[in-house]
Amino acid sequence: MSTIERRRERLDRGIKVRTEGIYAVSSWEEVTYLVLPRLILIVGLLLLPVLIPSLYWKRVVSIAAIYALLALGFDFLAHFVGLVSLGGAFFIGVGGYTAALLNKSLGLPILLTIPMATLGGALICTLLLLPALPLRGVYFAIVTLMYPLALMRIIEALNIFGGTDGILGVAGFPNRWVEQYLILLIVIFALFGLRRLVNEDIGLVFRGVKDNDQAVRASGLSITLYKAIAVFIASGLGSLGGAYLSHIYMWSGISQFALDFSVIPIAATVIGGGGTLVGPLLGCFFLVPISEWLREFGTLRIVFYSLILMAFIMFRSEGVMVYAQRKYHQFQRWVKV
Amino acid sequence: MSDEDILQVTNICKSFGGVQALLNVSFNVQQGEVFGIIGPNGSGKTTLINCITGFIKMDSGKVFYKGKDISYKPPNQIANLGLTRTFQIMRPYYSLPAYKNLIVPLFSPRARRKGGWRGGGKLGDRGTVSIDILEEIGFERDSFVPYKLASSLPTGYLKRLELARCLALRPDLILCDEVFSGLSMSEIASMVPLIEKLQMDGITLVMIEHRLRELFRVASRVMVLNFGEKLTEGIPEKVMADEKVKEAYLGSEKLLDYTFEA
Repeated sequence: MSTIERRRERLDRGIKVRTEGIYAVSSWEEVTYLVLPRLILIVGLLLLPVLIPSLYWKRVVSIAAIYALLALGFDFLAHFVGLVSLGGAFFIGVGGYTAALLNKSLGLPILLTIPMATLGGALICTLLLLPALPLRGVYFAIVTLMYPLALMRIIEALNIFGGTDGILGVAGFPNRWVEQYLILLIVIFALFGLRRLVNEDIGLVFRGVKDNDQAVRASGLSITLYKAIAVFIASGLGSLGGAYLSHIYMWSGISQFALDFSVIPIAATVIGGGGTLVGPLLGCFFLVPISEWLREFGTLRIVFYSLILMAFIMFRSEGVMVYAQRKYHQFQRWVKV
Repeated sequence: MSDEDILQVTNICKSFGGVQALLNVSFNVQQGEVFGIIGPNGSGKTTLINCITGFIKMDSGKVFYKGKDISYKPPNQIANLGLTRTFQIMRPYYSLPAYKNLIVPLFSPRARRKGGWRGGGKLGDRGTVSIDILEEIGFERDSFVPYKLASSLPTGYLKRLELARCLALRPDLILCDEVFSGLSMSEIASMVPLIEKLQMDGITLVMIEHRLRELFRVASRVMVLNFGEKLTEGIPEKVMADEKVKEAYLGSEKLLDYTFEA
């Protein structure tokens, strides 16, 4: 009978002292250790429009960035506030229609419609979701899933906002470079902004709501208020994506309520690693191009797509970035038992 | 109701389906005292605290805090008035370090009103204030303990963290739900001075306890609940001599004798 002679020991790298969040940086090596991964991500994202030659794939990058905004919102709500939201399609649709209507009926320029649709869409989504905020887990998810389906049918049945044709002739971006770099910068700011937010004092309240909402109430804070603020942030990101989508395609229609917008961010979070924020973002930049690339296989693409997802769930269920961060921040060694 | 009464509870009733958890429970708590609530298991002690702090909607009854009607208000509003509570089953934020656990209550309107936007007024930011509070409650400042994740802390520290969460709100009244339960004798021995210190700081305490000996060391008056009804109220020695109370604790007479040995 063989006995285990050695076991694997995981140690935090010396730079991490006391607790996550408190670093003692004392040399260029350590500065590089902290800055390098962030720099690679930022530079990598900003190089994408330059490196990709074909116009078709450039458009895919923009779409992936919009999905990344949704995925960031999903990850933020699910892992830092404890609300599982399937409302991606809802946020995109509301933002998209708001921007298109502002542009077409009021004649406002892009510079105004996108910020206005972001705030207005977030406000509409938050108000509509307000009654569902006391719900948790799968119940909240169901309500957020119902809204896009309901709104799609309402627009269809009442024939408002252009009905099934949608709103045509929305203003486009001045050129492709503006279109691409603006959304990539927004994504980068959203990522680092959210990462900072969840470690600020108000972010700790959000995480408290996820861990133990009754203790938050006993601490004198209204959980509904903080859930509403969190939903406002996440739906704002989604509405921003929706507004952007309308201006990219110069069109807004009921297909913006398609369930793809709800499902792909979740799949990206599974692949990228929930709770890391950067993981879902990278997951989108991986999944969306793959889903485009698989178009060549026609309906078979769903099969390939499912296989990729299944493989990730079965073999790396924690997600790529959780794994990568562990490898980066810790080292392993074998020690005698 | 006299002026010294900080909490006045009148005729609270609460039933869960067919079970009458509380029936016409009334009591007053005076400013600055330690008031004990005891009773056998299932006598409605925790339900009483839940009703007072708004976590459960009571069927009928009134709660006055500092002369103000707070019945049926949501728990966060009640906590903001300075009436705080601990949970019997500890409710820390397991994914946060101990000192960050306290930043949540320090972010409440009440703490912000008293401590400014940064939370600590002149004392610094919320992190500094929470370390101060933790030290006061028995976390060693220079050790790793305040920086550890709450999920890795032992029960004794989690019980202290519950009290610390109340203290972060700078309360006038704390309702303690079994702070001694689940602790070892030595941990309890170090908790008792803490309770005495809180009382000296002018905080009124209502304590639900099963550890009668420790409770009677600090409490000036106790109330006995049984099957949701108030049996009696008074100074500890008198209450424990009561025949009805002995009956309620049937089979525990020996335990009661033991209580007064010390």
